[in-house]
Amino acid sequence: MDYRSSDGSTIDRHDQYDHGGPAPLLVARNLRKHFPVKGARGKAVRAVDGVSFTVAKGETLGIVGESGCGKSTLARLLLHLLVPDAGELIFGGEAVGAAGGIAVKTLRRQAQMVFQDSAASLNPRLPVRDSVAFGPFVQGSTKDEARAIARDILSRVGLDPDMFGPRYPHELSGGQKQRVNIARALAVKPRLLILDEPVSALDKSVEAQVLNLLRVLKRQLGLTLVFISHDLNVVRYVSRRVAVMYLGRIVEFGPVKAIFERPQHPYTQALLASRPSMDPARRIEMPPITGDPPNPIDPPAGCRFHPRCPFVEAICETADPALRVVEDGKSHFAACHLRDRVLGRGRLADA
Amino acid sequence: MTDILTLREPVATFTEETPPASIVRGYWQSVFYRLRHDPITLGFGAIVALIVLAAVAAPLIAPFDPYAQSIIARLKPFGWRDHLLGTDELGRDMLSRLIYGGRVSLLMGVVPVVIAAMIGGILGVVGGFVGGRVNTAIMRTMDVFYAFPSVLLAVAIAGAMGGGIGNGMLTLTLVFVPPMCRVAETATTQIRALDFIEAARASGAGTLTIIRYHVLGNVLGPVLIYASSLVSVSILLASGLSFLGLGVRPPIPDWGLMLSTLRQSIYVVPLVCALPGVAIFITSICFNLVSDGLRAAMDVRM
Amino acid sequence: MTANDAAPLLAVDDLSVRFVGREATVHAVNGVDLTVQAGEVLCILGESGCGKSVTLRAMLRLLPRRAAITGRIHVAGRDVLAMSPRELRDLRGGLVSMVFQEPMTALDPVYTVGRQIAETVCRHTGCNRAAARRRALELLELVRVPSAGRRLDAYPHELSGGLRQRAMIAMALSCNPRLLLADEPTTALDATVQVQILILLRRLQRELGMGMIFVTHDLGVAAEIADRVAVMYAGRIVESGPAAEVLGGPAHPYTAGLLASTIHDQADNRDIEVISGSPPDLRRLPQGCSFAPRCSRRRAECRDATPTPRFSSPDRMAACFAIADG
Repeated sequence: MDYRSSDGSTIDRHDQYDHGGPAPLLVARNLRKHFPVKGARGKAVRAVDGVSFTVAKGETLGIVGESGCGKSTLARLLLHLLVPDAGELIFGGEAVGAAGGIAVKTLRRQAQMVFQDSAASLNPRLPVRDSVAFGPFVQGSTKDEARAIARDILSRVGLDPDMFGPRYPHELSGGQKQRVNIARALAVKPRLLILDEPVSALDKSVEAQVLNLLRVLKRQLGLTLVFISHDLNVVRYVSRRVAVMYLGRIVEFGPVKAIFERPQHPYTQALLASRPSMDPARRIEMPPITGDPPNPIDPPAGCRFHPRCPFVEAICETADPALRVVEDGKSHFAACHLRDRVLGRGRLADA
Repeated sequence: MTDILTLREPVATFTEETPPASIVRGYWQSVFYRLRHDPITLGFGAIVALIVLAAVAAPLIAPFDPYAQSIIARLKPFGWRDHLLGTDELGRDMLSRLIYGGRVSLLMGVVPVVIAAMIGGILGVVGGFVGGRVNTAIMRTMDVFYAFPSVLLAVAIAGAMGGGIGNGMLTLTLVFVPPMCRVAETATTQIRALDFIEAARASGAGTLTIIRYHVLGNVLGPVLIYASSLVSVSILLASGLSFLGLGVRPPIPDWGLMLSTLRQSIYVVPLVCALPGVAIFITSICFNLVSDGLRAAMDVRM
Repeated sequence: MTANDAAPLLAVDDLSVRFVGREATVHAVNGVDLTVQAGEVLCILGESGCGKSVTLRAMLRLLPRRAAITGRIHVAGRDVLAMSPRELRDLRGGLVSMVFQEPMTALDPVYTVGRQIAETVCRHTGCNRAAARRRALELLELVRVPSAGRRLDAYPHELSGGLRQRAMIAMALSCNPRLLLADEPTTALDATVQVQILILLRRLQRELGMGMIFVTHDLGVAAEIADRVAVMYAGRIVESGPAAEVLGGPAHPYTAGLLASTIHDQADNRDIEVISGSPPDLRRLPQGCSFAPRCSRRRAECRDATPTPRFSSPDRMAACFAIADG
């Protein structure tokens, strides 16, 4: 079946799984993944600890966080590359991996991932066109069909298949390699694309090229994106809704404008205030937050952020806040006991 | 070419114009290129090729019958009556015996390594890829054998099984399987951690497909390097086993056996008696140096 | 070179570095002129492969032997390229010291942090172990490491990324250097940690009166820390001047392109302006201006000759044929 999108360009996918309607494409419910620590009994790295969200068809969800927040683990859970310890994943209305739902294999036809390390994502012994053709080949196409798909998709990402197809990954630049990774993910015609820090390792000018490409492809192919990054500016440009993660949990969630203009959680406020300004006359004088992102083994009791929070009160040390609506009618949620925080009040240590 | 008409955007916005700079060269082509430009390795490789050629063409080039004994011609020095390299303690021509002995030594050197590479390689790849209990079972079993010094292990197994070429090759194969398995397992574990394996899994590929297309090609390199360095060890070990009487049985010519029988005659014609040792030394070292060159050529930074 | 009355702390003149290899020669740095005054922060801005790290390492002669360095490097009046190995060892860590990008690999994993700092102190001042340990504690407190006493006996892998970087900065400052070279020290850090380290470096630099060269690819970071900015491309400096001027009103098309393609609050329904193409291969630099193949303002003369630096003011330089002389 071919669909025409609103601007008239063709979306070419075999959409036999599309049940239509406003149901979200992906629903994650209470996903949990702990990695036991070797040698220390009972201790575990609580990488993802109860994460729930939905992704609507055709939108881009941005997931933001620093190291240790669990975003890479979450990315792998969404594709079932890691099996969750608890919680469920619902794709296109059907539970993944459960009886009566869709199999993991089927999920892998419809959801794909682009990894951060563009070099490690490609087999150094295979020419680029073979790496891209591998997906369709595995999923049932013949070798010739797979090669033809590879040629088509390589040109869609802006790489001339005759010039770049026979090359090996080490001959390409970082940006070109990342385009190949995107081509590889798109070769099986997925509906959902999960991008785990796809531009973090690239130079800024190349980053811009790849982001432009993603925007175009998303529109043409009718993709739904989950974009994971630590760079707030990039997430703001790309996403429609944003989830902020800290120590395995989502601490704030909402439309991109609301998150960036009216952040409610102190951690989000600190993240936004940590962005370097582009103006030497207006430098950041005091660090918005002290200390390093903590290790997900043994998270603190109560609110996980309370040891670093400038507004901490007694309740924060004992009770774990749930995600609550902070702006009526706007689906903007934050997990904080105290409301109406303004950065500037409270205790801020200096450098 | 593809149907670019479906793209509404001006292609120039994001098309890559700059072609990659270097020449298209796959991994193995790079390896051959580097080897071609490495005169030392090529030189020693030529010597190895000569030795192999001589062994293969033994019936054509050996001047005398290696089994022909002669009571009057015993322990003669170089050049005595057409015997270029003298004769041994039973009057047999040394040159012919050395050439024929090369056959046995090369056989005992290469075959066990090849078989061990296959067996150990498969075990290592399976263990490394599957991980967990299977890996532990395989690797700890290998460790038991690995704990013995290879010479001791070889002597023990050969002694238990008795001598002979077949048993000798079997012994050496058993001795080499654990280290080959370990090399293959290490390489597999390293590859397995890389993202492209995850990406292959995410494409829906099964374990065997991934191993076939992605793992084997990358593991072959380290395994090949290690195997080529084992050949020289194997030649030494095989000669050692024969020297101790645990390998080839007389009268089959074999360098180690020849060393053993000529030992007592070392005060009579020392140079002739040293010849088998020289043959072992040269062959082993040439294989070793070729393997070093191969390692250098295969260490292409990708 | 900028015209200035005081003698500069660092003066680099026509520095070129070539790596001679079996298959090709890489022209990493091609005629770089730099000056840094005492107490000034110079930021070398550029993308990967532009030669900024090589330039930095050349100043302490930390390059491999096959690197061919030509030109002049003078630190506090002394010629670095003519120094003997012993003089170099005194220079490194003493007069000039360096902070690297990856603290995990720059610190030795088998020694505690305190021991490594104390070793540097002992090497340069020759004091005894107890005094060196006291100095190490002082330094850790200077860089605001919490529970500094406990951290002295910690191994690098036991510390978080931000703490490791602080420890490395402490090690670099241990002998009161007059010039600090920083090679992308915050690139590998999270945003909240990066801002803390930047503020720390700024404060330390002001308090200790050091000159600093900070290499980065991030314009935001450059805006936060630099007094002056030098933009590098394909081994050459294409623009330099005070940070506010270069970042506020770039003259060179490359700097302008970098600024436009950095994502900061652009509208999300339009393409970001990009610099088309990729950086050149340093083994085969194009004739003429190295940026010309990608430049939207290129002219005929750009392919024939490398643009010479043009000064719109004594402090402000851009190497481009397409800008009017000031």
